[in-house]
Amino acid sequence: MRELNQQISEHAAALMENLQAGDSTKAWEAIDQLAKARERSLFQEIGKLTRTVHESIKNFHLDSAEQLDPNAGHKSESRMIDATDRLQFVITLTENAANKTMDMVEDSVPVAKELSDSSSKLKQEWQKLMRREMSGDEFRELYKQMDKFLDFSNEKASTLEANLSAILMAQDYQDLTGQVIKKVINLVHEVEGSLVKLVKMASQIETITGVTHENVKSDYQDEYLEGPVANKDRSDVVESQDDVDDLLSSLGF
Amino acid sequence: MKILIVDDFSTMRRIIKNLLRDLGFNNVDEADDGNTALPMLQSVKFDFLITDWNMPGMTGIELLKSVRADGKLAQLPVLMVTAEAKREQIIEAAQAGVNGYVVKPFTAGALKEKIEKIFNRAS
Repeated sequence: MRELNQQISEHAAALMENLQAGDSTKAWEAIDQLAKARERSLFQEIGKLTRTVHESIKNFHLDSAEQLDPNAGHKSESRMIDATDRLQFVITLTENAANKTMDMVEDSVPVAKELSDSSSKLKQEWQKLMRREMSGDEFRELYKQMDKFLDFSNEKASTLEANLSAILMAQDYQDLTGQVIKKVINLVHEVEGSLVKLVKMASQIETITGVTHENVKSDYQDEYLEGPVANKDRSDVVESQDDVDDLLSSLGF
Repeated sequence: MKILIVDDFSTMRRIIKNLLRDLGFNNVDEADDGNTALPMLQSVKFDFLITDWNMPGMTGIELLKSVRADGKLAQLPVLMVTAEAKREQIIEAAQAGVNGYVVKPFTAGALKEKIEKIFNRAS
């Protein structure tokens, strides 16, 4: 850039000199030189930039990288498509884990209910015995019932234990999805870095070519339905159910 | 008491269904968005509608507005259970005539409280 500026000022000085000397032929020559200097530097810079842009786009790991460089020879899987597949995998894993957990819970709830029902029934009989209101026949019945209940509760407790253990194991998705999401976060960071480079290059091209443009208003809009909010410091979202209730009651609900 | 749960995620429908069962409501149907829910509401009599907001097809807020605009369904109690937590959205739902608003993630207690509140007021 400095070299270019020097050339421009040299040619400009020559132009002024020639004009003042009244030599219009030489003045035109100086103008010619100026134009050529501009062209040369443009070609050089654009050549450099094209190479860098090419590299940056390749770093996006998009499908288009292959189209840009058909001589690359190897067919690399697009990392963007890969990232999408990985996130889809996260959805599948978490969904399976949620369903597995709910299967186990739905299986366990009636078991716990059965245990509670049989023990309270037995408790009634037992109290009868403690109050000494039990006949010999009734006692023999209780005696058998007690034996059955002990077997029953033993068996049901094993079921509950197995279900709880299955629920525990169903949480293994956390480790796997964590790893996958970390990889995708890394890719997002890389792409962000490449994008920042591209923006810098675009502004260099503008400086060299003297292109100016009005600041285009971004048409980016906050997505209306944004789902769960991770940043709880925002003032436009509620923090808790209590906030929702307060807001609704302030509206007369 | 017949209840319709509308959510595009089957796991969420299942969670709500289980919580409702704990509360003693066993007559529960499911739909995965407003487009499937609305014809169900129009053809069979439901006593209560629980809906998510963000769903493909017809969203929960559109479903709520359609319900309020339908002469036969206008009085149906509607509880919104959603991750949408912007104040302007809660106000929009209130203005559209929602009977309760629960933000995800929610507790069993919060859901129970809202349902009881809606029916105490209705009765």
